[in-house]
Amino acid sequence: MTLKLTASALAIAAVSATAAAARDNVQIAGSSTVLPYASIVAELFGENTDFPTPVVESGGSSAGLKRFCEGVGENTIDIANASRAIREKEIKACAENGVTDIIEVRIGYDGIVFASQQSGPAFTAFQPADIFNAIGAKVLVDGEVVDNPYNTWAEFNSDLPDAEIAMFIPGTKHGTREVFEDKVLLEGCEATGAMKAMMDGGMSEDDAEDACLDVRQDGRSVDIDGDYTETLARIDANPDGIGVFGLAFYENNTDKLKVATMGGVAPSTETIASGEYPVSRPLFFYIKKAHIGVIPGLKEYAQFFTADEIAGPSGPLANYGLVADPELAETQQKIADEQVMGSSM
Amino acid sequence: MTDATDMSTPGNPAKTRGSLHAQDARTKRRNAAETRFKAYGIAAIVIGLFFLVVLAVSIIRAGAPTFTRAVVDVEFTLTQPQLEAAESQLFKTKAYQDLFIAALQERLDARGIEAEFDATAIERLLGKIGGDLRAFYAENPEQVGQPVSFQLPASSRVDGYFKGRVSRETIQDSRFLMASDLDLVDALAEAGVIRNAFNWAFLTGADAGVDNPGGAGIGASVVGSFFMMLVVLVLSLPIGVAASIYLEEFAPKNRFTDLIEVNISNLAAVPSIVFGILGLAVFIQFMHLPQSAPLVGGLVLTLMTLPTIIISTRASLKAVPPSIRDAALGVGASKMQAVFHHVLPLAMPGILTGTIIGLAQALGETAPLLLIGMVGFVARGYPDGLMAGFTEPNSAMPAQIYTWAARADAGFYEKAWGGIIVLLAFLLTMNIIAIILRRRFERRW
Repeated sequence: MTLKLTASALAIAAVSATAAAARDNVQIAGSSTVLPYASIVAELFGENTDFPTPVVESGGSSAGLKRFCEGVGENTIDIANASRAIREKEIKACAENGVTDIIEVRIGYDGIVFASQQSGPAFTAFQPADIFNAIGAKVLVDGEVVDNPYNTWAEFNSDLPDAEIAMFIPGTKHGTREVFEDKVLLEGCEATGAMKAMMDGGMSEDDAEDACLDVRQDGRSVDIDGDYTETLARIDANPDGIGVFGLAFYENNTDKLKVATMGGVAPSTETIASGEYPVSRPLFFYIKKAHIGVIPGLKEYAQFFTADEIAGPSGPLANYGLVADPELAETQQKIADEQVMGSSM
Repeated sequence: MTDATDMSTPGNPAKTRGSLHAQDARTKRRNAAETRFKAYGIAAIVIGLFFLVVLAVSIIRAGAPTFTRAVVDVEFTLTQPQLEAAESQLFKTKAYQDLFIAALQERLDARGIEAEFDATAIERLLGKIGGDLRAFYAENPEQVGQPVSFQLPASSRVDGYFKGRVSRETIQDSRFLMASDLDLVDALAEAGVIRNAFNWAFLTGADAGVDNPGGAGIGASVVGSFFMMLVVLVLSLPIGVAASIYLEEFAPKNRFTDLIEVNISNLAAVPSIVFGILGLAVFIQFMHLPQSAPLVGGLVLTLMTLPTIIISTRASLKAVPPSIRDAALGVGASKMQAVFHHVLPLAMPGILTGTIIGLAQALGETAPLLLIGMVGFVARGYPDGLMAGFTEPNSAMPAQIYTWAARADAGFYEKAWGGIIVLLAFLLTMNIIAIILRRRFERRW
């Protein structure tokens, strides 16, 4: 018994002793799209410097930024990864908790591609209008806005295969969803004339935009809240299925997936960098300036991440599928100066 | 009932009574029911075994390839100036890798390999080897300038080609691997430069970046799980046993203890994610314990395991015959002596079983770890000491498996299956230790 008592006393002592110990590693959380890149950099950072390997958690852009804004101190994260820019609302929430100085770092661009099973029907060319007609809640048929009546792709575009509509799109907690809505659904809504018809029908512009982003709820469009592997599994099981993926994920699975062009342009790092491929978005991470100098290696990590050798066009990130940012030099300068958001904008 | 009275009534000879050897219809029916019931039981066991076999076979089939990997077997000499040049750069590991590729290319040229290749083709064949090289020379500075024979991982797709995951039919030209590279791989395999070897790095290594499946290992997360289980065991066993002994043997039976009892049973049914949120709020945000640390993971899992241990300990204390207590008290033992000298040793096997079930449950838990930062990219490697093992960020086995399963490269999916095998082996070891301990404590009366 005495042995057990000593053991538990020891454990309690251990608990209280470590409470005071300082954190020596960078703690990161956020977007699952940025996670692969962050993990590559984290591994290299651990291998190439004397700092310990940072810990990178996933969970989505919004969840990451929420944790980022919880406050300042060792028990909060230092960096939030995001596949979209931080929102006004989030900056305000941050400020309320004392997180006022935030450094925004754009690491590059990511393409969003539409892909289907290798052996499925020939989905090889899409326009935003096709995607909107397939999964919009209300679409324009013969000049009238009606509930989406379509069951197959060929019903609204005879160039597309006569296959059942089954789309797997990112769920609302993903930053990817926002880009998908802006660059595909809204574009498609305007292109098909549905938006104009809605506004003619008496809707305000904002309401019409919101209506454009509504996705049909009859099971033909499925929100995927997990990551791309889940979408891939759905596509594997459904020959007619079309999934939304990141470019890097697709390039790692070219033996299983067949990619479609969007607006006549095939997705690749080149077409995304040049802006020809329409569906792409910048990727970011946000640094808590108050932690620089407190958490060892934080600034060094950001500098290492954005160095030409790493995030440049021939670095390991570009090799994995990130589209290098042509304005990388400015970002490097920004980190060196620890320039916070709002100071120059 | 009526049958029985009929037969036993004297002077009323049984109408249907025949020989004892010939079964009547009713007996036959009862016997048939018994036979049927036995058949159901056997069928249930067979179905259970069938699924067990299917599961085991599919896990082993999918996971076994993880334990070998394609390695490039080359002798390489690093000179002091080269080392210094590489160390002076920001991206040092890349510099090491380039040096190695140049040396390999030279060697292949000299050997007259019959396939077209250039430096970029070799780069595509190799895994991320710079880190391994730099770590080797940092540890063995005396080897600089000496020829050293290296076995370094080939890239994930070359590895897949050896294992049949990638074939000439399915390969699409990409910057990861060109179809023409496979000719080079064949030529190198024939020359013995690339071969399959046992993958020690998988058992000993830590997690690696998403572009480096060849370098990823489960070893560090096994250590993380081990430290977590240590925390769970050291905290939950004494607390759980003390609580149940008091409740079972000493506590007065009143409304208050009834309330405690009901609440313990309820706690056992609380979903584990709830404990994760609690852990985040109490241990990290309030007590300021480090994030992603096995200590916090262990504390959260302790909360989860306690009810299981308390319930099973109380059940096994109840199962000790009251005569043992009475005899002990009868010869003048105090209540505490009776409990600790007689009841507890007899209840020990049951307590151990409950503890192991609780630990096994905790070992496989991912959900609570999600909220305290142990799921994600945690590649810290091995802790420097006992204390560091508790406080340095680390992952746990189920969390590591979950992370791997979600990655784009098919090589990681295979790793996830391999991780499951290691997790099961860990669990089996724990159970065997429990069985051995139980055998030693077991007493019959």
